[in-house]
Formats: sequence, structure tokens, C-alpha cells
Amino acid sequence: MKPDLFEAPDYYQLDDLLSEEHKLVRDAARSWVKKDISPIIEDYAQKAEFPNQIINGLAEIGAFGPYIPEKYGGAGLDQISYGLIMQEIERGDSGVRSTASVQSSLVMYPIYKYGTEEQRKKYLPKLASGAFMGCFGLTEPNHGSNPGGMETKFKDMGDYYLLNGAKMWISNAPFADIAVVWAKNEEGRIYGLLVERGMEGFSTPETHNKWSLRASATGELIFDNVKVPKENLLPNKSGLGAPLGCLDSARFGIAWGAIGAAMDCYDTALRYSKERIQFDKPIGATQLQQKKLAEMITEITKAQLLAWRLGVLRNEGKATTAQISMAKRNNVEMAINIAREARQMLGGMGITGEYSIMRHMMNLESVITYEGTHDIHLLITGADITGLPAFK
Amino acid sequence: MKILVCISHVPDTTSKINFTDGDTKFDTNGVQFVINPNDEFGLTRAMWFKEKQGASVTIVNVGGPETEPTLRKALAIGADEAIRINATPTDGFFVAKELAKVVSEGNYDLVIAGRESIDYNGGMVPGMLATFTDANFVNMCIGLEIEGTSATAIREIDGGKETISTNLPLVVGCQKGIVEEKDLRIPNMRGIMMARKKQLTVLEPSTSESHTKIASFEKPAAKGAVKLVDKDNLDELISLLHNEAKVI
Repeated sequence: MKPDLFEAPDYYQLDDLLSEEHKLVRDAARSWVKKDISPIIEDYAQKAEFPNQIINGLAEIGAFGPYIPEKYGGAGLDQISYGLIMQEIERGDSGVRSTASVQSSLVMYPIYKYGTEEQRKKYLPKLASGAFMGCFGLTEPNHGSNPGGMETKFKDMGDYYLLNGAKMWISNAPFADIAVVWAKNEEGRIYGLLVERGMEGFSTPETHNKWSLRASATGELIFDNVKVPKENLLPNKSGLGAPLGCLDSARFGIAWGAIGAAMDCYDTALRYSKERIQFDKPIGATQLQQKKLAEMITEITKAQLLAWRLGVLRNEGKATTAQISMAKRNNVEMAINIAREARQMLGGMGITGEYSIMRHMMNLESVITYEGTHDIHLLITGADITGLPAFK
Repeated sequence: MKILVCISHVPDTTSKINFTDGDTKFDTNGVQFVINPNDEFGLTRAMWFKEKQGASVTIVNVGGPETEPTLRKALAIGADEAIRINATPTDGFFVAKELAKVVSEGNYDLVIAGRESIDYNGGMVPGMLATFTDANFVNMCIGLEIEGTSATAIREIDGGKETISTNLPLVVGCQKGIVEEKDLRIPNMRGIMMARKKQLTVLEPSTSESHTKIASFEKPAAKGAVKLVDKDNLDELISLLHNEAKVI
């Protein structure tokens, strides 16, 4: 692996839109990624192993629930800070960012928003420090884009709930201490349940042979007559809107994260284009390579503006699900296109693990699929502007 | 032990350097600023004294409000409080005079400064500061231990090292070696949150005295084209060095 020479592009001086604290938070995350992620990540991705040793560092830079209030162990930061942390982590690797996104938006967020005060106090500080790792079970083998069709269900047995069903494609599942699981009650209403590792009948088999997010652990959640204590139900919101609220938060983080992956690919390709000599001149001096680079920085700049504005709207509590969908969809597609173009600019070198580009490119195939596929986000925008849902 | 660490706010080492105003001013447009690396080594050593020996660590800077993010980062790394002397650091003499006032009024036992800042590379401030405050002085410091009021400092000298015993009050001009790069700290979230509440005092300068003025800056000449000579063709190499480069 080459030394990490990353220099972040800021073509429109967007740093001027950030506060002093935003930049401090971002620069700390950036330095940590250079120090603790870049030197090891290629090796772990090649081995298809999650680097457990980074959990403490992720907690230290505030990657776990940065916007959760301080009294629950969070940092009480705003949404832009959360976005910037996700951007920097994904600059290192989308898989590592996925671990942090899940912990923050899909585990801590629902406990904070939909949980009781006891649940908040019991789980949030441990999740913020990384002492507990969490995962989120919504997607099922037969229900991806249509989560409302879920088959996982729970039954009120008087003293406890009896949970049965299975979840699939779950980031962090193989090592998670707790799972936020979405299941239907006997009336068909969706609720969140906190399932802890060690509960009888609960298992988390790992998903192997992924070509993407190889440094992130993915698995299934299987519930075979799991007795879940009644105090583990998240009482304050039910229905599909509850898990979708979590996805809004996670998708917002992804819209920022994808910029990080794109920045890394652009920066690598730009540097390479100035060093690689063909026909007695750097390839960066040729028009076709300049076209690629110029389009990349244009798209990155547009994505940065979209993410920043969405962050302002989130801070003001005004961002809609459809606005978040637009940013997630646009920015991930932007990143995957840049990764593919950058891969070509590096020729054969772009194929090897010596450079990060192909790892980003393969990671982004998952990112463009999870948390709402690229096509589903298009339909969300379509439904929003026409008022005519086209899902069915 | 009261420690004062002098922090310069300098352009990041990857910055593109340009000048404005008829080549008399550094063009800060689009430039990222960081803690002067030599100062950061010193700050990291000060944090060690804080954690192992219970020292208090104050940081100080002579500069405008634009330097406050750099100070806030140093607070997030763990310094206890910050002082900013609200003035443009015109030259080393002026900066040392202003710092001397802070040192005297604050009764600091140990002052740690980088041996030079990486922007203007004056290298004057630590020595002048020691003189103005009547303190002992070790420059090029690559190792520092304090016990009570005694200090043992290691100084880099040509081709080796020199170990010096001295007493507090002491000013050191430090560089890489006082700690290593791997020891440098990234502010963690807890530190960033605590830094919000730490005091940053702004003082007005006591003098406007400076003794030098920048007449102009000049960039080194751009690198010329390179000619490659085959290793078996020494005659051509000698001819080029003699006739073209005119160096032999």
C-alpha cells in the first residue's frame, strides 16, 4: 500500500461555510483515518476481515452517535459534523463508515428517539464508547425494497415477547452485542425490539464471499423462538415510519460519506496523472485525462454543496425524506462514476491493491444498493414531485 | 509546574506559496493553517508533563482572530487555557517582547517554543524570550526531563548530542525528537467538547516595536528541464557540465 498522501479538494472554498468546530472535528477524523485506517485497510479488505482494533479509535473521534446529547455519552454535535465525520471515514473505506453509520443512525438514533429513558441510559453510553456494538435488522430475504412486507413477527406471551423470523444483509451482525430488530406484532404493526447477544434462539451467521465492503462484517439475524423481555421494546414510535426515520439519518450520512470515497479517488487520479509519463509527457497533460479530472472535481463540488445544504436543513429540522433520497442517490452515483473513471486513469495500477480506487469502486456497489437502492430513491423523488407513487 | 507553550499558526506544509502586494505579503487565500510542527512536538511533551507530573499547560500565540482555530485545536489536544495577543506578528523581536510580558506576569517555570516556525523560519523568538525573561535557555532541544526545579535537556549538535543540566525557569527551543511523530496526538471528541469550555483570553499588545520589515519575498527559480545522460557516455556528461552548465 502506498503512503496516504491525500489532500482534500475544496474547489469552491466550502470550508468558509463550516464553523471552527466543524473543521476541528473533520480534521481530527481526517488525521485519524490517515494514521489508523489507511495503513491497514487494504490488508483487511483483502482478507475480508473487520479490523476490530479500530473500534476504540472510531469512538475516540466521535464516530458513534456524534449528534446524541452529551448526557447519553454522545458529543452533542450538529448534523454537519456527523456528515463530515462520515465523509472522512469513507475517504478511508466505505466498510468502516458503514460500521459507524449503523452504530450511530440505526442503533443509537432509534434508542434515543423511540426508546425509554431507561433504555437510553442503559445502552447509549456503551454504544458511544464502543463498549457495545450494535446492528439493525430491517431487510429480510424476501423483503428488500419493500420492508413493509416483513415476515419477522413477535407475539405477546404475557411476561415476554416471542420473536421469530430472519433478517439478511446486516452490517455488524457477526459481532454486534445488540440488534435493533423491526418486527410485526399480532396486529401487523411494526415495532423495534432490542435483542441482545446471548438470548436463547438468537444467532448471527456471517455472510461470506462478498466482493464489496470486504473490511466490514455482514451477516444474518436469525430468531428462533427468542424470548425478548418486554422492557426491550422501543415504545415511542411504531409503524414503517419508525425504521424509515432511522434510514433518513443513515442516508444523510451516506450522502456525505460517498463524497469522501470520491475525493480519495479523484485525489489519487490527479496525483497519478501528474506523475505518469507516456509519450514523453505526464498523462495529465492530455485532453482526455483532463476531461475526466475536470468532470470529477465539478461533480464533487456539486455533491459537497448538496450535502452541506442538506445538513443545514437537517439542523433546522426541515429536511424531508425525499430531499435526503436525492442527496444519497446523486452523491453515491457521483462517487461510483468517479471511482470507475479514476480506475481507468490508473490503468493496470488501478487494478491492484496498491491504490485504494478499486476497493472504493467495489465498496460503492454496495453503497448504491443499500439504504434504498438507486432506483428506489428515484421513485421517492418521482412520487414526491408528482404525488403519484410508482412503487407498485 | 506551570508550563507555557508558544504556538505559531503556520501554513500547512502542502500549501502553495504565493505573494501579493508587490511580493511583500504572503497570499493566504485558500491556504490551510496548522500548529507549527516544532511547536506541536513541544505541546505533546508538555502534555506528558501534565499527565505524569501534574503540570498545568497554557498556550500562547501572537496573532489575529484567524489564529483561534489553531489555539482551539491545541486546547482540544489537552492544554488547559489559551492566551492570544491580538497583534500581527511583525518580527521575532516584537513577538518575543510580547511573549516575555506574558511569561513574566504568569510566572511560568518552563516555556516551550518550537526552535523556529516553518513559515518565516526566523528562529529568533526562543533565544530572545529567554534573554528578556532572564531564564536559562536550551535550543535545538530533542529531549527534556524535569525534576523539581532541575532540568536535563538534550540538544542536537553537529554530528551528535549534548546533554545539559540546568534549572528552572527555562526556555527551550524544541524540535522533533523532544517527542517523535508517532507520539503526536489527534484531538479526540472528548477533548474537542472540553475545548469549547476552556478559556481563551485575548490581550492587547503592549508595544508596537519591531526592528525589521519585509522588503520583498522571492520564490526560488523554477526547476529547469532535466537532461538524462547514459551512464556509459561520460564524455557527453563532462561536455554538458563544461559547456552548458558551466560548472566545471
